[in-house]
Amino acid sequence: MLQNKSFVKRTRGGKITKVVREHYLRHDIYCGAPICKVCDTSQARLSPTPSTILIFDTNVVLNQIDLLENPAIDDVVVLSIVLEEVKNRNLSVYNRVRALCSNSLRKFFVFSNEHHKDTYVTEMSGESKNDRNDRAIRVAAQWYQTHLAGSARILLITNDKENKRKAIEEGISAETVESYVRSLSRPDLLDLLVQPASEDVNMEEVEDLRPSKRKIIYTEHKPMSEITSGLHRGIYHQGKLRVNRYNPFEAYVGSESIGDEIIIYGRTNMNRAFDGDIVAVELLPQDQWHEEKSLALADEEDEEEDVHLVPGSADDAPRTTAQPPGSAGVTEPISSRPSGRVVGIIKRNWHSYCGSLEPMAMPAGSGGVAHALFASKDRRIPKIRIHTRQLENLLDKRIVVAVDSWDRLSRYPSGHYVRTIGQIGDRDTETEVVLIENDINTRPFSSQVLACLPPLPWSVSSEDLANSIRQDLRQLRVFSVDPPGCKDIDDALHCTSLPNGNYEVGVHIADVTNFVHSDTPLDDEASQRGTSVYLVERRIDMLPKPLTEDVCSLRADVERLAFSVIWEMTPEAEIISTRYTKSVIKSCAALSYIEAQARMDDSRLMDPLTTDLRNMNALAKIMRERRIQRGALTLASAEVKFQIDTETHDPLDIGMYQIREANQMVEEFMLAANVSVAEKILKHFPLCSLLRRHPTPTREMLEPLLRTAAAVGLNLDVSSSKALADSLDSAVADDPYFNKLIRILATRCMTQAVYFSSGDLSPPEYLHYGLAAPLYTHFTSPIRRYADVIVHRLLAASLGIQKLPTIFQDGTRLTSIADNLNYRHRNAQMASRASVELHTLIFFRKRPTDTEARIVRIRSNGFFVFVPKYGIEGPVYLTPRGEKGGGEWFVDEQQQKIRKMDGSMSYSVLQTVFIHLEIVEPQPNRPKLQLTLV
Amino acid sequence: MEYVSPEGLRLDGRRPMEMRQIRADIGVVAKADGSALFEMGNTKVIAAVYGPREVQNRSQQLNDSALVRCEYTMANFSTGDRMRKPKGDRRSTEISLVIRQTMEACIMTHLMPRSQVPLLHLGELFLHECVVCSFLSLVSLFFQIDIFVQVLQADGGTRSACINAASLALADAGIPMRDLVTSCSAGYLNSTPLLDLNYIEDSAGGADVTLGIMPKLDKVTLLQMDAKLSVETFENVMQLAIEGCKAVATYIREVLLENTKQLEYRRGI
Repeated sequence: MLQNKSFVKRTRGGKITKVVREHYLRHDIYCGAPICKVCDTSQARLSPTPSTILIFDTNVVLNQIDLLENPAIDDVVVLSIVLEEVKNRNLSVYNRVRALCSNSLRKFFVFSNEHHKDTYVTEMSGESKNDRNDRAIRVAAQWYQTHLAGSARILLITNDKENKRKAIEEGISAETVESYVRSLSRPDLLDLLVQPASEDVNMEEVEDLRPSKRKIIYTEHKPMSEITSGLHRGIYHQGKLRVNRYNPFEAYVGSESIGDEIIIYGRTNMNRAFDGDIVAVELLPQDQWHEEKSLALADEEDEEEDVHLVPGSADDAPRTTAQPPGSAGVTEPISSRPSGRVVGIIKRNWHSYCGSLEPMAMPAGSGGVAHALFASKDRRIPKIRIHTRQLENLLDKRIVVAVDSWDRLSRYPSGHYVRTIGQIGDRDTETEVVLIENDINTRPFSSQVLACLPPLPWSVSSEDLANSIRQDLRQLRVFSVDPPGCKDIDDALHCTSLPNGNYEVGVHIADVTNFVHSDTPLDDEASQRGTSVYLVERRIDMLPKPLTEDVCSLRADVERLAFSVIWEMTPEAEIISTRYTKSVIKSCAALSYIEAQARMDDSRLMDPLTTDLRNMNALAKIMRERRIQRGALTLASAEVKFQIDTETHDPLDIGMYQIREANQMVEEFMLAANVSVAEKILKHFPLCSLLRRHPTPTREMLEPLLRTAAAVGLNLDVSSSKALADSLDSAVADDPYFNKLIRILATRCMTQAVYFSSGDLSPPEYLHYGLAAPLYTHFTSPIRRYADVIVHRLLAASLGIQKLPTIFQDGTRLTSIADNLNYRHRNAQMASRASVELHTLIFFRKRPTDTEARIVRIRSNGFFVFVPKYGIEGPVYLTPRGEKGGGEWFVDEQQQKIRKMDGSMSYSVLQTVFIHLEIVEPQPNRPKLQLTLV
Repeated sequence: MEYVSPEGLRLDGRRPMEMRQIRADIGVVAKADGSALFEMGNTKVIAAVYGPREVQNRSQQLNDSALVRCEYTMANFSTGDRMRKPKGDRRSTEISLVIRQTMEACIMTHLMPRSQVPLLHLGELFLHECVVCSFLSLVSLFFQIDIFVQVLQADGGTRSACINAASLALADAGIPMRDLVTSCSAGYLNSTPLLDLNYIEDSAGGADVTLGIMPKLDKVTLLQMDAKLSVETFENVMQLAIEGCKAVATYIREVLLENTKQLEYRRGI
């Protein structure tokens, strides 16, 4: 049956045109209930004997998505009209509903009511689009009711009074979400309900009681049309709001129209914007830029006093920015930077947050609704008000809360409880929090994914050996060098001397793509995860364990498949020829860095393996030297290592990660392999190679480093990476740690290296600044990085071994894969860092320590120190908190010094100080490491 | 953008392998020797054929076969924005050429060279005309066939619709043809091969394969694609387009048969 849909629309040029589209109505759309006798039930998703089939209307889906995700809600028919409306209104909710519909464990069925001949409704004259859609929902519900003829109860869930009334009139059973959830008699589900935004009605009642309390706290957001025209005329500026990690009352908006960052001080100016929101900002008059200068930074404590809300009470007005709490601050010469205020929010970045409830007294008469304040672990997020009926259970738990709304009358946004993670302070719970906050998927692999694994136990088969593309390299003396206890060994090496005096050096990488084929569920999952995540006590794999630890891992004394890069090198480490091949290898030893180092150092050992190691080391040293000559930077980071108690998993000791020559040797060959592979794949696929680049840092980014260096009388040349490398090398003082410290500071100024598709940029932009390599990619760790898997496929295709999967022809797909990899990579790093921080807290909980530290940044009321022994950085306050001003200390910007007014004491940057480390809990449930001067 | 929902429905409610509704009408322009109206969903084109008739422009005449000319135009009202389009723009010149070449491949032009006029092979209308001017066969005569196609309403796949309409009109005009030419497009969006793209799908930027075949002879007369596809995908998409063309052919045959029956009835045979 054919219907024509016609509607008018405005074209980009501003003209109004009439659009007519065909709309086919079908007979072959089925109801999805296995009990149905008429329909084809092969695609049925609902349970065989559903007692109640639920149909939600659009607003319910939009607002109560957290409820829908709860397994208690099942047997749901999602109408296509609802999906369409949800998609137009909120894409992230749409994606979540879609995920529910495709989840095989849940019974959500999509009914394409818009294309079914009996449920399609045409717009009646005078009927609004919303009314028409509501009617379509009712018609579909009615159709189900008659179609299933009493074998199941159809329940329409809507919060719209009018819709509900009409539904009941038409003989459809309908309920509001709240009454339905109540009927399930699961009080915990009630917490998941989002309070309707029309709460203002209740608020008015409150206003009668305490009129003085009801104040408008925030200015109104400008309507979208005004924002667009404002952006056009240049009075507003658009950008993503980033809240200062150390101070939630300060935020920056990077604006392209101004070319500088706009600073936003205080919650009033931030006007209900969250970190990550796209906002429209209006600049404050220039004379107000100065006024803000006095504001050093508010500290979290400031929010403290009015935490205990009376249930239902309205919030206090926030302090204006004019009366700043004293504190830890930024000493930027603010006058030069524009400050502004948020006038409107273009796109919200609301998601769910992990944290805990503020402690509060139990309201009298338990079981009732309690209003609680939720404090996110992420300090950039303001506190969130939630309603809960299970306060006693939640007070000592880490919970996840989602934000629903923030009206101008309330100081805090309101949200609702989503789920409980676990007991506060418990290591597993806190680790879980770290993982959730970084969006890391820790779910076990699905059965579809596991079905893609080769049959276990796996071993190299005769077909693999007979395969002409695979070279038999089992006779070679291949070995691997990895951190101790490493189970996912993805690289191995060999080095044999040739009769002509040259060396044959091979890098053998686990042949993951032999097992992970493109367009399989396994491949999709790996591409989503992007990387394995290494936490202090745990590893979250990108690929299922059998692959990671056994089938792909190049363990000692077993035959394994590999992808090899083999060079012929002169003793001067000049590469004469390079060849790439798939191979079969048999590693003769899986060494740890320490073992390898010990072998090389032990002059008594003369066995062939040790000789190979020494030869390689000699080559690596030359290669490294040459690389540094070219201008590669040797940067340093403060990596720490924990010794973990095997029983309790508590950290026993903590120290800097030591880098040995053996590490550098392996690294050198991996770099060389990556560069060789990058050249090869780019030659064959100039438009769709996945490469890695490291952008050259701009002068502004290096500014903090230069200032610090200047203060200690060091002149750094940053004109090129070579110049910077040289001046870093010459930066030596009498104290041995000085150079490393400068390198750490330099590392911080750099941007992250990123993956990209070669078709997206021009060749000069491919540069990897840190390695001083014009081309670079990742090839050597396919077990734990998906980028390497892609590169393996590219390399195989360039050798003509395998066909290039089709996604490489799709530029936008490739770009989005690269973006996802960058995102996952960054998150994995953040998670590792957070995990280290967490263990540091656990470590120092029982061991308050005095130690040596170095000052790295000066602030108006204190400074940041770096503790080399533990790799910790943190603030040290000179003026006690809460004391205003801190006037007795004076900061010398030029010299990077902070000095007492009377001149009795002064601290300058990079100076060594002694500090005391201790865990304090200034705010309940937010323990932190406090550093004080001894 | 989602062009195929996870439920397997396209934006307009079709499944990936389904064509839009097609409809054809023969003899819609009384003055022409043959004419047809062809609809594929909301795409509606009209075709009129004149000839074989004497070549108008002597410089274009061919010595060993008849000249086929084609003119493709879009009515100003055929698209939503009612823009006045200049005649002979690049796009319509290209499509005119494409249609001409496609039709030339199936018209038996070698039967209409300069002097031999094998009347027996020609169709009914032509026969009639030739009888009128049979004395002219003594003079050298060059033939041309004019095909005019105009898009009345555009919603994607105009090329295909025009070829189908022209094919019908030629048959209606009784021009000798090796086979009917039928055409259909297919595309590749959301990793799914789609048959008969409409305007939204056409402008999605994915690959768009327009195929013209002679279904009885199993020969391809037109193949155009304006994007890149891997060979395997291309084969799938092309296979789909072939199926589409065959389905059009079946329908066109039915229409022609019906039309012939009507003619028989009118003649009282």
